[in-house]
Amino acid sequence: MSFLELTALTKRYGEHAAVDDITLRVDKGEFVSLLGPSGCGKTTTLQMIAGFVEPTAGRITLEGRDLLAVPAAKRGLGIVFQNYALFPHMTVAENIAFGLEMRNVGRAERRQRVAETLALVGLSGFAERHPVQLSGGQQQRVALARALVIQPGLLLLDEPLSNLDAKLREEMQVELRRIQRAVGITTLMVTHDQAEALALSDRVVVMNEGRIEQEGSPLAAYEHPRTGFVCDFLGKANLFMVDRVDASGLTVGSLSLPLPVGESAAVRAGDRILVRPEKIAFGEPGAGALAARVTNRVFQGNHWLVQLHTALGDALVIRQNDGSACPVEGDEVHLVWRAEAMRAVAAERPAG
Amino acid sequence: MSSARRRAAAHWLSAPALAVYALFLVVPIASMALISFQNFEFYGGIQPGITLKNYREIFTDSYYWEVFGRTFWIALVVTALCAVLGTFEAIVLHRMANPWKSIFLLVVLGPLLISVVVRTLGWALLFGSTGLANKALLALGLIAEPIAFMYSVTGVVVALTHVLVPFVVISVWASLQRIDPAVERAAVSLGAGQPTVVRRVIVPLAMPGILSGSVMVFALAASAFATPAIIGGRRLKVIATAAYDEFLNTLNWPLGASLAVLLLAANVLVLYASNRLIERRYKAVFRESAA
Repeated sequence: MSFLELTALTKRYGEHAAVDDITLRVDKGEFVSLLGPSGCGKTTTLQMIAGFVEPTAGRITLEGRDLLAVPAAKRGLGIVFQNYALFPHMTVAENIAFGLEMRNVGRAERRQRVAETLALVGLSGFAERHPVQLSGGQQQRVALARALVIQPGLLLLDEPLSNLDAKLREEMQVELRRIQRAVGITTLMVTHDQAEALALSDRVVVMNEGRIEQEGSPLAAYEHPRTGFVCDFLGKANLFMVDRVDASGLTVGSLSLPLPVGESAAVRAGDRILVRPEKIAFGEPGAGALAARVTNRVFQGNHWLVQLHTALGDALVIRQNDGSACPVEGDEVHLVWRAEAMRAVAAERPAG
Repeated sequence: MSSARRRAAAHWLSAPALAVYALFLVVPIASMALISFQNFEFYGGIQPGITLKNYREIFTDSYYWEVFGRTFWIALVVTALCAVLGTFEAIVLHRMANPWKSIFLLVVLGPLLISVVVRTLGWALLFGSTGLANKALLALGLIAEPIAFMYSVTGVVVALTHVLVPFVVISVWASLQRIDPAVERAAVSLGAGQPTVVRRVIVPLAMPGILSGSVMVFALAASAFATPAIIGGRRLKVIATAAYDEFLNTLNWPLGASLAVLLLAANVLVLYASNRLIERRYKAVFRESAA
């Protein structure tokens, strides 16, 4: 049995299903991200686990016990809220000690555990400040400390880094991962930021319209997306429609391409093939090379984003800044990629 | 336009409002203060010259000490009752769902919509020894003898609390609106039951609202006139009714004016002190909500 199990979990608001029949298993110590655009049901799922939203149907068990029978205040979960939700009238130490007070932990032990947790999040010396006197990143750490100090079985993170600026967000990603590993706590994070999910998680669960589109390790989900939605949401994608398939290969527009390698070899006409922009190179004309014209080029320091127009539609190429020249706007080029870089994405076929 | 000219224009544009303000507020208060330093002779009326006689009379006569004591005691009790009831009402209202929320908010604000005389006479009807309030309490077995509501401090306190509670409700309501609902959830997730959430999180965060509402209630209760006049009657004097008597019955305007000036001074002092207290105590903590 898994540590946390969501079984056929559903939440309906009237006719609309915010969360539609989700089943998910999380193992002890795992860091799982629920990733999806706003309105995909990820936050509702988190709130059902936390106990703030009552599910319409389904079960949630934690270590085998039925969580839905337990009121929110007694679930003992550590929750970090999107805007931190610190108690503004209490000092940092009082904020962190609050959960311990609720558990009737004695004063001396309380003080010791608050000090330990402050050290863990790197905020020793900030105990007597009020939340308004802290930066966003520091407030974030206090929120994390407040959730961790009660030694919860499960840590829930609701868009934990979305209120931080880009540089701080990267720092906090590393920090969050370090703390999660150090404590070894099972963690479920909700985010709309694919980079955050890929960087932090052992497993990402991509959600769309209340359902799970795909789950897997970050690398597997990125390299082998199974639906068009996952292709687009996890990273950037070039998708080309397959016109014909025979034993020798694929016909895509005027291109003759080899069959994709690996698990998704069962490709049919009407499916699409995915080629990630960083896996496309500029090459020589040929049967497998796609003629293209550069329409726009954006310099990003370590790489260029090159937008191109082709007979198969618009395409995007990421060209590493490795010292060689990059084509400029208006250049006629040919795009080539290896057979291993292609993934077949099945067309949306009607169910049954 | 240069900034200096712009500033001059701002002054000219606000001049009409300032003139009205000066004419109808500052001048009457100033003349009141002036009269309070003048002498009154029973057979000669107001005499020219400056004297502290009226103030000396007020400070040495135990009758006025009693009036002042009663006034501020009533104001204090009314303020305490309003703070507790109003905070409780606002929290309950805040948690209600619509349409009940709007309906009950209107019920709470109801007393403010009724003329003070009509409302107070209504209380007078309920308060008699055979009035509805006593009959109900007797029937419920809560009291053995009818309570003397009329012409008593109790009656004045009940009637004033009734009309002044909305001020606390409104100001606490405004504070509650500013509280992030996630803060409440955070407390629940850390194991706090509802009573603890209210005691440890909601009330402390609503405290600026509770205090500013209470300050308003105190000032209004201390200077209330109609309610003490009707419920308190002729013998149960407060400062406002005592000043009224001096002006219209004894015709001793200077003494009445001194009473009014002292009431104003006391009110201003309380307002100023509590504002300072609120700002100093809460400014650091609530900087973001104040911004």
